[in-house]
Amino acid sequence: MAQGALFSPAVSPARPGAAGLLWRMVRRRRITGVGAALILIVVLGALAAPLLAPYDPVALNVPDRLLGPRDAHPFGTDEFGRDILSRTLYGARLSLLVGALVTALAATAGVLVGLAAGSSPRADRILMRIMDGLMAFPDVLLAIGLMAALGPSARNVVLSLGFVYTPRIARVVRAAVLVVIRLEYVEAARAVGASGARILARHILVNCASPVIVQGTFITAYAMLGEAALSFLGVGVPPQVPTWGGIISAGQVYLRQAPWISLFPGVAIIVSVLALNLLGDGLRDFLDPRLRYS
Amino acid sequence: MLAYLTGRLLALLPVLLVVGAVVFLLIHLTPGDPARVLLGQDATPEQVQALRHDLGLDRPLIVQFGLWLARAVRGDLGLSIFQHVPVTDDILQHAGPTVMLSLLAITVALLIGIPAGVVSAVFRNSWLDQGSLALAMLGAAVPSFWLGLSLIVVFAVNLGWLPSSGYRSLSQGAGLSLHYLLLPALALGLPNSSLIIRFTRSSLLDVIGNDYIRTARAKGVNERAVIFHHAFRNALVPILTVVGLTFAALMGGAVVTETVFSLPGVGQLVVSSVLRRDYPVIQGVILMVGTIYVLINLGVDLLYFLVDPRVKY
Repeated sequence: MAQGALFSPAVSPARPGAAGLLWRMVRRRRITGVGAALILIVVLGALAAPLLAPYDPVALNVPDRLLGPRDAHPFGTDEFGRDILSRTLYGARLSLLVGALVTALAATAGVLVGLAAGSSPRADRILMRIMDGLMAFPDVLLAIGLMAALGPSARNVVLSLGFVYTPRIARVVRAAVLVVIRLEYVEAARAVGASGARILARHILVNCASPVIVQGTFITAYAMLGEAALSFLGVGVPPQVPTWGGIISAGQVYLRQAPWISLFPGVAIIVSVLALNLLGDGLRDFLDPRLRYS
Repeated sequence: MLAYLTGRLLALLPVLLVVGAVVFLLIHLTPGDPARVLLGQDATPEQVQALRHDLGLDRPLIVQFGLWLARAVRGDLGLSIFQHVPVTDDILQHAGPTVMLSLLAITVALLIGIPAGVVSAVFRNSWLDQGSLALAMLGAAVPSFWLGLSLIVVFAVNLGWLPSSGYRSLSQGAGLSLHYLLLPALALGLPNSSLIIRFTRSSLLDVIGNDYIRTARAKGVNERAVIFHHAFRNALVPILTVVGLTFAALMGGAVVTETVFSLPGVGQLVVSSVLRRDYPVIQGVILMVGTIYVLINLGVDLLYFLVDPRVKY
């Protein structure tokens, strides 16, 4: 039997950095590497959008309106002659930013709720009832309701989706806390006189990191889909900002003459979400083998 | 059984209470006076004052919530600002297309998800398995509204086989109704089949690993009977859970799909209400969908009883 099989990764003495972890994950499941590479491409494309975009994403150029894909405009142009490739690249910036901020917000709020619920039975009863209630709404519908109340803006999209996805993090954190809190090393920490807050922060929180990272990856994907749906419906980010959902929505009117307007941003959404889901599956396999699908 | 049912129904109450509270508080998130928000911009100060008194806006928030909830439970969700009709009537008038679309879409999701999942598990690690899993990955990544637009481009614009928008109710003929709903149902059902594929596969694989499956094979039961009679029935319970979850997700997705295909359903009602700032309608739709979701989950739990005789309450 190989040495590696005797020890689970969590207790192996070597502590590789992020690159080392990724390498080990990819060796276990090669498709994870594809996901990581695709995400890297999308992130680099978004960061380098001002360098890569051949045209200004918002400047009007009416003589070139509704041109099909060609050398000068690989993804074609829209009804105002704006270059779809440039708009899709700039759209990646907003989409990724919303995805990342929603994840950060949901993770922060979810960890706080999960820690409180997992460590106090009284808080648990109230908080988890609230979380169950919030999860009774379809994601997009609750987000639409919140957007209706808050008003359309990128900031409010982040707030709404962050709120919608908080229960998912809270649930996994609570479950992890309930397991970890019974372990002997927590008892040991208590025995040597560590305070409750210190035990939570230093000993319990770190052991909840894996499920949060896995869920967080999926939430980034959901949030990017959610933002696209809200902007498509016209209740998300205002239309003057290029977003994938917004470009698809504008292209809907010209579906007959210019289907490429809606086509390319849609492909960008699919590639990004697929990549995040592949990465999330790889992380889940690697960090929490008990949750493996097959 | 009766004790279980009562307990299960009682456990629903706090969840429904939270659902109600979220919907109630939505209106208080909006900047400004809820009475003015509810009545719209062209209301007179007297009307605003009257509604303030009616809604008890001068009373504590918790009392307001109690009053609102008491009305909501009786089906009184207030008046729509735009149409000036009871919200409940407005929603019921738009329910037909949404119910039809949701039922057809879950049918599509099941017709794809269950066979693909079974094939995937039975021919594990084959190209069929890889193909089903790839389909599931792709389904989870495709926005249903984009898939809808793509289907319109292919089947309505280029091939001209199916209409790109509109709705015909069942009373105008089942065939005609299906003709109009097929593309929307595909657009909504395909992406939602991915969870069903993955759960059917993993659930069936779990069962196939059991001793009684080996016994059945050993005594010479043919493979088809082993899979469908012995394995699939036992794999059904986890699959039912995910079908319930998928149905709920699908009701949310219907909002977006209806917009793509111009179906006059609840989704289009809620989107146009957001653009018109018609808050009572938005609240009503969200409350109704949340409640239906909770009831679907209850229904799924009770179905276990029928499907799996081992489940005793």
